[in-house]
Amino acid sequence: MVESNNKPLLQVEDLRLHYRSAEGVVRAVDGVDLTIERNQALVLLGESGCGKSSLAKALLRLLPRNVESLAGRAWLDGEEVIGLGEEQFRRRVRWRRIAIVMQAAMNSLNPVVRVGAQVAEPLRVHYGWSRAKALDRAGETFQLVGIPTDFLIRYPFELSGGMRQRAVLAMALAASPELVILDEPTSALDGLTQANIMNVLKRIKQELHTSFLLITHDIATSSEIADQVALMYAGQIVEFSSARDFFRQPAHPYAQALLASVPRLRRKIRPEYIPGQPPSLIAPPAGCRFADRCPHRFERCSECPPMFDRAPGRKIRCWLEAAPSNLDRETP
Amino acid sequence: MSEFATGDGVNTKDATLLSVRQLRTWFELRRWGLLKVGDVRAVDGLDFEMRRGEAVAFVGESGCGKSSLARTLLGLYRPTAGSIWIEGEDMAGFDRHQLHLYRRKIGYVQQDPYAALPPFMQVRRILREPLIVHGNRDREDQERKIRAALREVRLEPPETYLTKFPHMLSGGQQQRVVIARALILKPALIIADEPVSMLDASVRVEILNLLRQIQQQRNLTLAFITHDLSTVRYFANRIMVMYAGQIVERAPVDTLLDQPRHPYTQALLEALPDPDPDNAQKIRRLPKGEPPSLVSPPSGCRFHPRCPHAIKGLCEIKPPPEFPIAPEHGAACWLNQPS
Ligand SMILES: Nc1ncnc2c1ncn2[C@@H]1O[C@H](COP(=O)(O)OP(=O)(O)OP(=O)(O)O)[C@@H](O)[C@H]1O
Ligand SMILES: Nc1ncnc2c1ncn2[C@@H]1O[C@H](COP(=O)(O)OP(=O)(O)OP(=O)(O)O)[C@@H](O)[C@H]1O
Ligand SMILES: [Mg+2]
Ligand SMILES: [Mg+2]
Repeated sequence: MVESNNKPLLQVEDLRLHYRSAEGVVRAVDGVDLTIERNQALVLLGESGCGKSSLAKALLRLLPRNVESLAGRAWLDGEEVIGLGEEQFRRRVRWRRIAIVMQAAMNSLNPVVRVGAQVAEPLRVHYGWSRAKALDRAGETFQLVGIPTDFLIRYPFELSGGMRQRAVLAMALAASPELVILDEPTSALDGLTQANIMNVLKRIKQELHTSFLLITHDIATSSEIADQVALMYAGQIVEFSSARDFFRQPAHPYAQALLASVPRLRRKIRPEYIPGQPPSLIAPPAGCRFADRCPHRFERCSECPPMFDRAPGRKIRCWLEAAPSNLDRETP
Repeated sequence: MSEFATGDGVNTKDATLLSVRQLRTWFELRRWGLLKVGDVRAVDGLDFEMRRGEAVAFVGESGCGKSSLARTLLGLYRPTAGSIWIEGEDMAGFDRHQLHLYRRKIGYVQQDPYAALPPFMQVRRILREPLIVHGNRDREDQERKIRAALREVRLEPPETYLTKFPHMLSGGQQQRVVIARALILKPALIIADEPVSMLDASVRVEILNLLRQIQQQRNLTLAFITHDLSTVRYFANRIMVMYAGQIVERAPVDTLLDQPRHPYTQALLEALPDPDPDNAQKIRRLPKGEPPSLVSPPSGCRFHPRCPHAIKGLCEIKPPPEFPIAPEHGAACWLNQPS
């Protein structure tokens, strides 16, 4: 457990990332607060297009050219890093302390370079290590993620999807970062391979005490590692809860509806879908962004709800949390 | 050999839409484009029947041959061996014209909706294509059918969607267009290959509900191909579990999910999580190794190298036949041999 006097590993405040587009400004990340504790996994859940990858890219400043604005603050172990110059950020933060496995990274491995060399490469560039030393370390990280070390000399096409996903994970782990961001690491894989990768992540978390930010829209798989859950909807976080609270007693109406849409293998409950569609990020509604689709909508919802503290460490962006008649919901 | 009595005796013949016998689809594997070095046995000896009006899910890991089966049933791949009978006729005997008519009986919802729709065509044009290909030249009739198809997949009012290009639609709406296109020729059989794997949880349920409703209303036969066992309970009547090009277990949905008898099915179910915070506390027990090569599959039972219950001296030598367990339930595993 984290001691209470310790600073969180990463604290993000009011992060915003807007893009320029032909139709207007896309508010992909629109005022996000998050906290990631040491040796914890925060799962960022949300539908396709809600801004999950943009949030990750903003944190690591791996941005496309058409950025309209990037704003907000983020403290890594107490040090503000959004204000750091690019050179400092590259030398001190990215990959060394916060590493990322990008969405679909397993398909963007260089096809003509052996995977071992691809894992060793950043060590040589960033640390100036010799080829032999870097390859040794690559071998260690391969073992960590469960790839036999004789795979070091294979080419990407000689690896199965699951093995390629492990290889890109090895790349991210090579510098022993404190935080690893994983963007949809298993969504292209089938059930057994997915379960395998989740086992690997659990072991790494136990053995190396690495923190994770796992980005996914696969709710069931996310529960395999989640300590905390942040649920994103249309560029904003709408619920931030412990995994226990989120999966057992989701609070935000969107969280409730989303969990009800997940098919269960072990219980006979018919999954229900959420009618309607998420709003445009170019002209999002002024009030609650979920209001259109919400079964509990009332007058107040035409104003944008703030994040209400329901309990220590649990925040909900919903006016129902403010209504006194709902206070009894707290003790179910 | 491995199909079971359906219970309604004399009527079975009429009830059967599709009957597949010892079906094999192999792909030649050549080195440098010349020298044949082996065969990829993507579909390797399938026997099954599909009755009119039923939805059958084909489930298995990536690469086990699901799409190859779909494309063989569609007549896009020629079977290496075995036969496909549709409405009592053997497809092998079809000439080009008959094959053309046969394709019309099958609607295809292909894997990956984003690749399925031509980006430069408006929805109206996309839906008109199959009508033209099958000889409908009557503009008014085309327009009526296109609008009816859009209404059937709840893209309403149709006018809103007729002139849209695919990129202007959400993933779920695109998939509805793909389904509308599959339905427009009034097929008897729909083959849906991973129809929802690219979509969000809620949209998945929405699309699967829609497919199931249309299938039941029209009394269509549906082959629902997926690698995700958790999506099938409410959307199919029966499940066939595939492993390395073969069917290893078949049963009605609830039976298969609640009382799986093949160790592979059991492993697959064990691996799939429900959303539950306790999952984070445990390491899952999974079968060792990876799916086998389809070029040189393991001897005996193809699952034996990964099977926790493999019986030495038997499983690695003799391929198990499918043993009946209950009506409509069978498993190709020696553990299920009646004693
Ligand atoms: N470079 C860009 N320029 C303009 N808009 C963009 C850009 N990248 C993303 N967007 C838009 O920003 C929004 C958020 O995109 P993002 O990729 O962050 O979503 P996501 O939650 O990761 O979705 P997915 O689950 O599909 O990966 C989307 O509406 C997307 O179309
Ligand atoms: N046209 C082809 N030529 C050669 N090999 C092929 C061809 N199509 C498929 N295969 C091979 O046949 C095997 C089965 O592939 P198939 O696409 O049928 O699997 P699948 O079960 O649909 O997998 P997925 O879940 O990844 O879609 C694979 O090894 C594949 O590489
Ligand atoms: Mg993304
Ligand atoms: Mg396929």
